[in-house]
Amino acid sequence: MSLPRLLAGLGVPGATTLASHEAVHGDLPLDRARRSGRLPAAGSLVDEIRLSGLRGRGGAGFPLATKLTSVAAGRGRPIVVVNGCEGEPASEKDRVLLERVPHLVIDGATACARALDAERIFYAIDADNAAARWALESAIAERPDAGRRGSSSSASGVVGIPAGYVSGQETAVVNFINGGRPLPSTTPPMVFERGVSRRPTLVTNAETVAQVGLIARYGAEWFREIGTDQEPGSALVSVSGGVLDPGVLEVELGASVDSLLAGAGGTAGRPRAFLFGGYGGGWVDGSQASGLAISERSLRQAGGMLGPGVVVVLPESACPVTETVLVAGWLERESAGQCGPCVHGLAAIAGALRSIADGRAEPDAMGHLARWSRLVTGRGACGHPDGAARFVTSALRVFAAEFADHAAFGRCPACARIPVLPLPSRLAVAA
Amino acid sequence: MEVRVDPIACKAHGLCAELLPERVSLDEWGYPIIDGRPVPRELEALARRAADVCPTLALALVRRA
Repeated sequence: MSLPRLLAGLGVPGATTLASHEAVHGDLPLDRARRSGRLPAAGSLVDEIRLSGLRGRGGAGFPLATKLTSVAAGRGRPIVVVNGCEGEPASEKDRVLLERVPHLVIDGATACARALDAERIFYAIDADNAAARWALESAIAERPDAGRRGSSSSASGVVGIPAGYVSGQETAVVNFINGGRPLPSTTPPMVFERGVSRRPTLVTNAETVAQVGLIARYGAEWFREIGTDQEPGSALVSVSGGVLDPGVLEVELGASVDSLLAGAGGTAGRPRAFLFGGYGGGWVDGSQASGLAISERSLRQAGGMLGPGVVVVLPESACPVTETVLVAGWLERESAGQCGPCVHGLAAIAGALRSIADGRAEPDAMGHLARWSRLVTGRGACGHPDGAARFVTSALRVFAAEFADHAAFGRCPACARIPVLPLPSRLAVAA
Repeated sequence: MEVRVDPIACKAHGLCAELLPERVSLDEWGYPIIDGRPVPRELEALARRAADVCPTLALALVRRA
């Protein structure tokens, strides 16, 4: 089986039903073994995941087997949290999985829960995503042993996490499930040590568990048939901006950026630059993207990252300075407001960027921006300031000419164009 | 041993930088920048005092991981 893997069920009518899901993928080998009375050893799935080399697909790229082992070593019966929160504005992959192939996500979560003997599975989704909630709840109700008392399956439920860029961060999700506000916490303790109800908690991205749903069926060897040695398998990539056919594409890791763009209908005009990894990722000059591969290794070498699988093409018609200003302002407002360096640093950065765009910056604004970006990195409870600094630093490097031009002459004709980088609607009251 | 700051608890009182300038400086907003080098034995008493007097208990002297 080549591609599609995760999205194999998409062409099938009624793909969200259990019957059509099993018609595409068959039932879970674990379900089969349990029906025949032969329960496989709980450790075997973790071994299979280790052999597969599967890494988390939420952005951090942590090896899933290591996370599972850490959770299993904790004290108390574990909890599984599937993180389907998608605060990244240009990302759509998690909602595609939750809404279109919910049974594959549930398969993977159930397999992880069994391997850990977990007590409960939480599906954390964006609170305003009614379609994902409907798809997941319908799918859960359809499962053979859903909600049956005394069944060997873990109880499960859907939790809507209030919108926000940092509210999908793992400690924020755990805090909200525990009855608190969806804000990040200082670590340690890590959630695998002490998470939901102070239990060892596996928090893992929706795509990661969907991949587990496939590994549980087809095995590690199959998983590694595509992808690179370091980064095996497939990945979902949300492609938007200056392409003719934007959307979520499943690609082999290590595939060329050119093939990804071709899959998205090709670029609309000449790209000025590519944003790899979302608003915590980095810009790569348009002339340098050809020859790069869709992998963490290749994209990081070029100054971007794969992260949560987000690629935005910035066409030459856009103003990169205004795009950077708008996103930096949003990142400032999305700070949870808990850590001083993030609150003050991101405000200073966003303010200096605005002053450059308007042509009223103080002489050393670029120097200040570089210094503040270094200064906020590593000094928050979560990675928000680090990601914002990475985004801004890469913009200053790739768009150095445009920034110099704005600093000298102010707004350009393209500043007034409709922005390419998507941002959630701002809810505010005019005074 | 090393000093660590809980960035959420920290409210920029700045006592740590007064008491332990060898390992803590302040940024332009008054928040501590921690020098990650180990705290030598002769500085341990000062570091412990800096942790004890932090009004929000944001500073900790911990064993190096």
